[in-house]
Amino acid sequence: MQKVEAIVQPSKVEAVKSALIEAGITGMTIVEARGHGRQKGHTEFYRGREYSVDLLPKAKVDVVVKDDMVDTAIRAIVTGARTGKIGDGKIFVSKIEQVIRIRNDERGEGAL
Amino acid sequence: MRRNGSRIFAALLLGVAGCGIGFAQTSAPALTVSNADNAWMLVSSALVLMMTGPGLALFYGGLVRKKNVLSVMMQSFAMMALVTLLWAILSYSLAFDAGTSFIGGLHHTFMRDVALTPDADYGSTIPVQTFMVYQLMFAIITPALITGAFAERMKFSAMAVFLVLWSIIVYSPMAHMVWGKGGLLNAALGGAIPTLDFAGGTVVHITSGVSALVCAIYLGKRLGYPHEPAPPHSVVLSFIGACLLWVGWFGFNAGSALSSGALATSAFVNTHFATAAAAMGWAVVEWIRNKKPSALGAISGAVAGLVAITPAAGFVQPMWAIVIGLIAGVCCYFMVAKVKQMFGYDDALDAFGVHGVGGTLGAILTGIFASSAINPMFKDSAGKVLPSGLIEGNGHQLLNQLGGVAIAWGISIVGTLVLLFVVDKTIGLRVSPSEEIEGLDITQHGEEGYDRVA
Repeated sequence: MQKVEAIVQPSKVEAVKSALIEAGITGMTIVEARGHGRQKGHTEFYRGREYSVDLLPKAKVDVVVKDDMVDTAIRAIVTGARTGKIGDGKIFVSKIEQVIRIRNDERGEGAL
Repeated sequence: MRRNGSRIFAALLLGVAGCGIGFAQTSAPALTVSNADNAWMLVSSALVLMMTGPGLALFYGGLVRKKNVLSVMMQSFAMMALVTLLWAILSYSLAFDAGTSFIGGLHHTFMRDVALTPDADYGSTIPVQTFMVYQLMFAIITPALITGAFAERMKFSAMAVFLVLWSIIVYSPMAHMVWGKGGLLNAALGGAIPTLDFAGGTVVHITSGVSALVCAIYLGKRLGYPHEPAPPHSVVLSFIGACLLWVGWFGFNAGSALSSGALATSAFVNTHFATAAAAMGWAVVEWIRNKKPSALGAISGAVAGLVAITPAAGFVQPMWAIVIGLIAGVCCYFMVAKVKQMFGYDDALDAFGVHGVGGTLGAILTGIFASSAINPMFKDSAGKVLPSGLIEGNGHQLLNQLGGVAIAWGISIVGTLVLLFVVDKTIGLRVSPSEEIEGLDITQHGEEGYDRVA
């Protein structure tokens, strides 16, 4: 099992969600986040005072899938989130040791 | 001035009545309450209270950081309670009892002889108690305006003591001089330096704004200012607050006619026009300089316009109100965005930049644009109406206005300095640095504006 963690533009959350569901992935967690990669922040003005904001609003989409579904998940996220501009985000993939369903203690892939 | 319209109205009624019964009336008329005037004045009183809470509380609350939102709101709310009690006991009398040229006497302490019948000098068609409660709402918002200068760093206890004393030492004398019987600056009741101040440009905005500047300098900057960013935590709250201020200000300015007649309409229209122009003025300058017109800029401009039109509301023609608003919007923008940063003082929420500067501008511009056709303030001994402002040829009025401005600045600077010194040496003005970092909500009030997990 692997975790596919994607940091995307908040405006792309709906598109990513639909693409994942279409690809057959049903479970996911979405959190509002702030951050930046290579993308520079922007400038805000409040009563003439300039503030440079470098942590921008982002959304983090987490899905945990069986190994054979990882590429499908990645493709779905890229389809939903890509605009081709700086700031589209990043995907991190990592191994998952164990999954436990809290309701009935079920473990492993069956608990996904 | 503010009571002039209703006096004229009463005089006209009297004239009509006199003709009807065929002989000239010589004895003092028995004043009767006009239910229409009283209804408007009670609504106006409620509108002006709404300017402080929630209007100003939201406006200021949105401008501070999350950790201080309740402390700022509470400072405004505290004025609603504290100043009310003070007014009932002492400060109404100090402001409006006939006394010296500078301050009223003690006859009306504890509401002695504050009647439900009219007083010719304080709105001849409304109960004196209506006048008293209407004026109370002004006495509440004025110190609340100052809180913007020392936001995010002053002890609640010090704030409460300082502003209560300020109400007595600065506000009451100033209100007395401009609006009270025998007041030095009272244009309607024969003051030595007749100053035109329809709804409180000097009494409310110069006093609060200039005192705010003194507070900002005396208390010093917030920790981290100006290097650490402290942007408004919710422009949305400020936006709602500013809109409530705009609406409430109709009570403030149009209510200052002390009647519901044509003069109230004039003040209402002028208030609205100036505000619109000032919102535009600020936003457009910002658009040119920063490439974007901001919501905070538009609402700040609106408040600057409301402030500047306050002394002029019942004296000028509507198109001049637009000019006053435009000037205020542009000037206050430069004060707040440029001049403040040049000098480096930390007037946290720009109480001086908006109220001090807008109020001073308004007081001076009133002397220029005042029109005797809107409000015939000055008459010769034969009753002939004399020109009001500079544009009508009364250049001397500009000097009177400057006199009023100078007195308001003077009493504010001296009074505020003395009181800050006293409170600083006894209670201490500032919270400790660690309390300031943690935030005033938790350290002063033991609560938070927003649940962290909910």
